[in-house]
Amino acid sequence: MKHEIREEAAGVVVAFEGDVDLQTSPDARKVLLDCVRQGKSIVVDLSKVGYIDSSGVASLVESFQSARKGGRNLVLASVSEGALRVLKLARLDKVFTICDSVEDGLAAIG
Amino acid sequence: MSPETNPPPVTVIEVENLVTHYGDREILKGVTLDVREGEIMVIMGGSGSGKSTLLRHLMALETKTSGTMRILGQDIDTLDQRQFFDLRKKMGVAFQGGALFSSMTIGENVMLPLYEHTDLDPMTMDIMTRMKLEVVELGGFEDLMPSELSGGMIKRAAFARAIVMDPKILFCDEPSAGLDPVVASALDDLILLLRDAMQMSIVVVTHELESAFKIADRITILDRGHILMVGTVDEVRNSSNERVYNLLNRVPEDDSMDMDEYLHRLTGVEVNKDAAL
Repeated sequence: MKHEIREEAAGVVVAFEGDVDLQTSPDARKVLLDCVRQGKSIVVDLSKVGYIDSSGVASLVESFQSARKGGRNLVLASVSEGALRVLKLARLDKVFTICDSVEDGLAAIG
Repeated sequence: MSPETNPPPVTVIEVENLVTHYGDREILKGVTLDVREGEIMVIMGGSGSGKSTLLRHLMALETKTSGTMRILGQDIDTLDQRQFFDLRKKMGVAFQGGALFSSMTIGENVMLPLYEHTDLDPMTMDIMTRMKLEVVELGGFEDLMPSELSGGMIKRAAFARAIVMDPKILFCDEPSAGLDPVVASALDDLILLLRDAMQMSIVVVTHELESAFKIADRITILDRGHILMVGTVDEVRNSSNERVYNLLNRVPEDDSMDMDEYLHRLTGVEVNKDAAL
């Protein structure tokens, strides 16, 4: 799994690429929590994520909760059908703000 | 123009000519079977048909006498210990009685595979555990002990533990056994949800017809160590095979017996049929 961080006026866009699974989710978690610690709102771009497992979703949940605690936001953008199914299973589609595009995500956190 | 054809289904388990013994007794007598990605395969059969033995072999828990088995594309005879360990991590098992540790909370039971098989951060493991408890509708029950749960809740907790690692294949041994119809039906719904939401391939051994017909994409019927038929619910329901009909309609087994075989079982002594009176 690779990631790219892009600074925008409203916050940062963290784009992951590849699978977020038991092997790679610790890296994803670290990247997201680092951004949270810097006090930034985050758009997580999942458009190039083929598969995200429960450990990846757990990392999103933890980062979202930490961001909220610090008065920041974290939204998801371009969530694939498979990832959305995993989120829905634990009713997390009602917890996260899920945007169709990164631009919509930036508008949501702005 | 050639007609449009669907791609062949991806197979997650392929068993060819599986033969197994307990001691001298042959249990599976050349079973050939496949389980496809994202399907619920129900294995049915009467007592002694070999269905539980087959399930244990599909879970790679038993040593076969002969035949080949490929699980998630890997021939299990060629795997070293590490590869075998990695393969087992992709398989979840919901045991018949739940098999929860009575000295651990529900949360600790569900989290156990994560502790054993991963180096994830404790917070990640905790969230994963709570998510899976939510999926089986036991959210908020993580601090209770197994003794404080009903039979249906124990089964749900066992399912949460079985899926906590997001397995590719889930095995369920008699999930509805001992449950009242309403609870059993809810458990069937959960199995269907896991297939649809997580694209899991699920192998269920059951003797509950209603449950089998509700959840199965395909049904395998075992009879005395042989596969009697493999088919969809409709194909099984409409089968003209007498033994399939008897199983579905709970017609008692034929009372006739092979006297030599029966005496062999009782005495352990084999008689040469030609020499016998």
